[in-house]
Formats: sequence, structure tokens, C-alpha cells
Amino acid sequence: MLETKNISFQYPNSEKIVFPDLSLEKGKTLMICGESGSGKTTFLQLLAGLRKPSSGSVFIDKQDISSFSQSKLDQFRGKHIGIVYQQSYFIQSISILDNLLVSPYSEGNSKAQSVAKRLKIDGLLHRYAHQISVGQQQRASIARSVMNQPKLILADEPTSALDDANCKYVLELLQEEARLNEAALIIVTHDNRLKSEIDNTVELNPILNTLS
Amino acid sequence: MIGKIAWKNILNKPLNSLLCVSLLLFGVAIISLLMVIQNQLDQKFKRDLKNIDLVIGAKGSPLQLVLSSVYHVDSPTGNINLAEAEKIMNSPMVKKAIPLAYGDSYEGYRILGTTIDYIDKYDAKLKEGRRFEKPMEATIGQLVASKTGLKVGDTFVGTHGEAEGGHVHEEHKYSVVGILENTNTVLDQLVLTNVESVWSVHDANHSEHNHEEEHDHEDHSHEDGHDHTHEDHDHDHDEVAKENRDITAVLLKFKTKMAALNMPRIVNEQTNMQAVIPALEINRLIYLVGVGATTVNYIAAGIMFMACFSIFFALFSRLKERKHELALMRSVGYKPTSLFGLLIYEGFLLASIGYIFGWILSRIALYFINKQAESDFNLIFEYNFIQNELWLLLITILVGIVAALLPAINAMKIDISEILSKK
Repeated sequence: MLETKNISFQYPNSEKIVFPDLSLEKGKTLMICGESGSGKTTFLQLLAGLRKPSSGSVFIDKQDISSFSQSKLDQFRGKHIGIVYQQSYFIQSISILDNLLVSPYSEGNSKAQSVAKRLKIDGLLHRYAHQISVGQQQRASIARSVMNQPKLILADEPTSALDDANCKYVLELLQEEARLNEAALIIVTHDNRLKSEIDNTVELNPILNTLS
Repeated sequence: MIGKIAWKNILNKPLNSLLCVSLLLFGVAIISLLMVIQNQLDQKFKRDLKNIDLVIGAKGSPLQLVLSSVYHVDSPTGNINLAEAEKIMNSPMVKKAIPLAYGDSYEGYRILGTTIDYIDKYDAKLKEGRRFEKPMEATIGQLVASKTGLKVGDTFVGTHGEAEGGHVHEEHKYSVVGILENTNTVLDQLVLTNVESVWSVHDANHSEHNHEEEHDHEDHSHEDGHDHTHEDHDHDHDEVAKENRDITAVLLKFKTKMAALNMPRIVNEQTNMQAVIPALEINRLIYLVGVGATTVNYIAAGIMFMACFSIFFALFSRLKERKHELALMRSVGYKPTSLFGLLIYEGFLLASIGYIFGWILSRIALYFINKQAESDFNLIFEYNFIQNELWLLLITILVGIVAALLPAINAMKIDISEILSKK
């Protein structure tokens, strides 16, 4: 499902970051952890096609997305990848429901209703982002990430702002949604509380990785 | 979805949006108002001028003669002798000659002594009753009827002069015999009667001051209400004083264009009257008014130009606070060109809103202008959408799109990974 080979990334005027090779089957969860500055978010953006690697390839469903053009990449991401950002981003002027349906590849209203019900935000769909709590926003973000029936869900620090109880709850929601949508789930975090919950873990070590 | 987001972005901050298009709104309102007024004045001038090649009247300002005899908005230049005028009216080159005699009014509406030809000239149809035939019978224009409430069978007396509150010819009652349908010409605001009525009112008036005896006689014949006596009396006068009869002006239609061009020279050289080609005078007037209108148009164009900038700045400054939204849209699958389209569409919507509200404002202004113009010139502008406003719409939309162009290009170029990784 997901495979990376020898990917590295170099910011302008900065050292090259080399990332470990990954391989993940559908329906499985992988945790990528590391300290701040270890390139976690960069790694996630490379997997999501938000950035292109300096070298190496990212294969999703055996397609090398690193070779795609910008607009093809946008299209591929819209169709097959769901992203939960560290911070919840919403379009402020439209309702939560419209935010769930915003993607041109979203599956439509009935899916939005059922996902919202599972995530217990079905009563908030006609509100606006600024009218709901941070926790509710995060659940809405998770809901939006699966609206396109993704093959891969990427979550960036989904639990960093949450207390223990909610941390576990959000993780369960993510895994549940990944399972129901038959998607692979990758969580990028430095939250040690998650380590005990997930077996499949890759550690990013800034010192090791930048050695080359 | 792009359309919905664009709409919601504008509606979500209605006051901001309105503020952002306020300049555009005023620009559109001014230009729209000018276009409507100019368009309708042109049309009205042309309609009223139908079938009039030449106007003959007393010497004086040519423009005043045209305004007073064709448009009935100014006072006459003076009177001309009927016998002298008839020499020209009977010329073989003349196809139709319509005499005009006026000097009285009813509630501000001019009482015009003329012939049936005047009604035919405007192809006016009767709404009610019939055309005037005998002296002291009046056929009134549609506007006069609706504003004064006069109905067929009513009687009224004229006031000397154009202003209300002048001398009232109480002893001479006109009776309304017909009401004309709306013609959108000057006819609507006239009380039409024959020339003899005007003479009889003024002869009597004249007598009133000079011959007490004749005044009594006049009074008598009226109290009796015998039309016959009255006509006799009129006839008497005709016999006695035809040489001294005055009218105010003559409208002429010639058989050939050539004749229309030659006649003014003959009249101006050989008589103490003046002949004016009204089309020339009006073209000159429109040109002079047009110079002023052009200046205002330039100002309005300047406002539109500023409006373009105000929309540009509004969209541009909002880009900064919206970059997360735009990045998010990219990350869920919108192409850069879709974001470009979104911004252009917002520019288009803002411009359209500015146009719609500007148009409405222009009509509100027209309403107040109408209130004034109606009492001053008996002039009412219509509120219709005119063709030129379609061009204005296209220009307005173009302004919106041009204003959105640079912000849209910037939206297309945003670095989404950079924006989405900021904490």
C-alpha cells in the first residue's frame, strides 16, 4: 500500500534530512515519532505529496507520486489521502457540514452524516468552526479526512493538545475510521502516551538522520 | 463548491463587502443616472420634435422660441401677426402648418390654442370623449387629467400666464370634452383647445379693462350659456379684427428638405418674425448639456478606477488571513487554477453586487429628480433598464475581474506545505 525508498529532503541553506524506508499494508497503523526538529512534519508532508522529496520515491498503491506533476499530485491527494493536521483548519465562512463536503472528491452528504454520527458531531454540522470547541474541531477534522474514502490517513500530532482520556479516545477514533475505510493510518507524534498503544513504530532520530 | 465558498465569503461579512464595493456602487449609480437622463432627454426631445421642420415666432432668442413652442418649457418670445404668419403658412412649399396661441394655464399646465393637426402630429388617441371642436372646448393630455383630476364634462377656468396664482379668467369657462391617451410626448401635459378660445378669453380680458360695456355683454352671454351667442360674438370679432389677430408661433412641416432650409432666410429677411430650425437648436443644446455630462462621466470613470483599487486591496489584504483556508483547499484536492477561479469569482460577485446596488441607488436618485423635474418642467423619467446600462454592467464586471487578477495569481502560487506546517 505505502512504500518509501531512500527519500531525503533538503531545505534551502540547510542540511539534508534522510528518512528511513517505510512499508505499510492497508488497515495497519504506523506511528512515526521523534523529537521536535527531527523532521516529522516534513516526513508527513512528503508522504502526503505536499512536498516533493529531493531524492527517492514515495509509492502509494504502487504509483510513484514523487513523479507526479503539481496538479496531478493535488488530484491524487484529494482522491486517496486524508490528512488530520496538528491544528484544525476550516473555511470559516461555511458550515461544518460544507467543510466536510469541501473536497471535490468527497463522497457526499450521506457519508458526511454517518461519519459525523460516529464521531458525535452530527449535532454541530450546521454550526461554523468558530462556534465549536477545539475538541469538536478536531473530531470534525478527522471526519473530513475520511470523506474521500482515502487509502491512506495521515495524522500530524493529533493528540498533543489533549489530556490522557481524550488522547486515547482520539486514537481510537482514528483507528476506527481507518479500519472502516480500509485505509492505512500513519500518526506522526512526539506524544509518548501513544507508544504503548501502537506496536508498529518508527523512530526518527535527528542526529542519525542528518549524519549522511 | 467553489461558487458556494465565494458567495459565503462575501455574505459572511456583508458590511465589509459593501464597504469594499461602495466606491464601485457610487460610480455605477452616477453613470447609470446620467445615462438614463441623457437617453430619455434625447428620446423625449426627438419625439416632441416629430414632423416639425421649422418654427416661426416673434423675434428673440431662437432657443427660447423652440423651448416654448415645441417643448412648452419656456415662456414665448412674443406674439406674431396672424395675417403675416398666414402668408407663410399658405406657401405652396408648406405641407402642414399648425398655429399655436398660448398665454394661459390651468394649475400650471399650459392651455394651448391650436388645431386638430397638433393632436394628429403625435398620433394621439382618445382615451375618453372627443377632440375639441367649438371654442371653449378642451381636450386634455393624460398627465393633466391624472394630476388635476379633470374629467370629461368638467369645466375650469384658465389663469393668465404660466405661474399659478395669476389673474383668473373667471368669466370664461372651458369645458373638458376629451382626454388623450398617454403619448410620452409634450402632449400629455397640455390643455388643447382651438385658437379662437384663446382669442376670446384674451379679447374679453382686453375689453374688461377698456370697455366696461362690452364686458357686461360678455358676461351676459356667458350667464345665458348660449353657445350660439358666444360664437356670434366671436365671429363678430373675427370680421372686425382679423388683421390684428395675434398668435404665438407656427409649427411648419415642408414638402421638401430644400424648402425647409430656404424658408428661414426668407422669413428672417422679409418679415419681422423669426424662423428657427428646431433640430439645430436642440442639437446645440444637447451638445452643451453633453459637455457637462461628459465631465461628470470622467469623474465617474475616475471613481470606477478607484473602485477597482479598493476591491483589489480588499481581496489582497484578505488573502493573508485566508491563506490557511486556501492551503486547506489545495490539500483536499483543488488545483491551483481552482483557487485562481475562486478569487476571480469573488471579484465578479463583488462587482455584481456593486452594480446591483448602484443601479438601485441611481433609481432612488431618479425618483427624487423626478419629484423636482415634474413640478419644474412637467418631466418624468422612466425607471426602465436601458441598453447602455448593459455595457455598464460589462465594464463593472471587468473592473471586478481585473481587481481580482493579482490576488488570484497570488492565491494560485501559495506554498501550501509552508503554510500548513506553521504552528
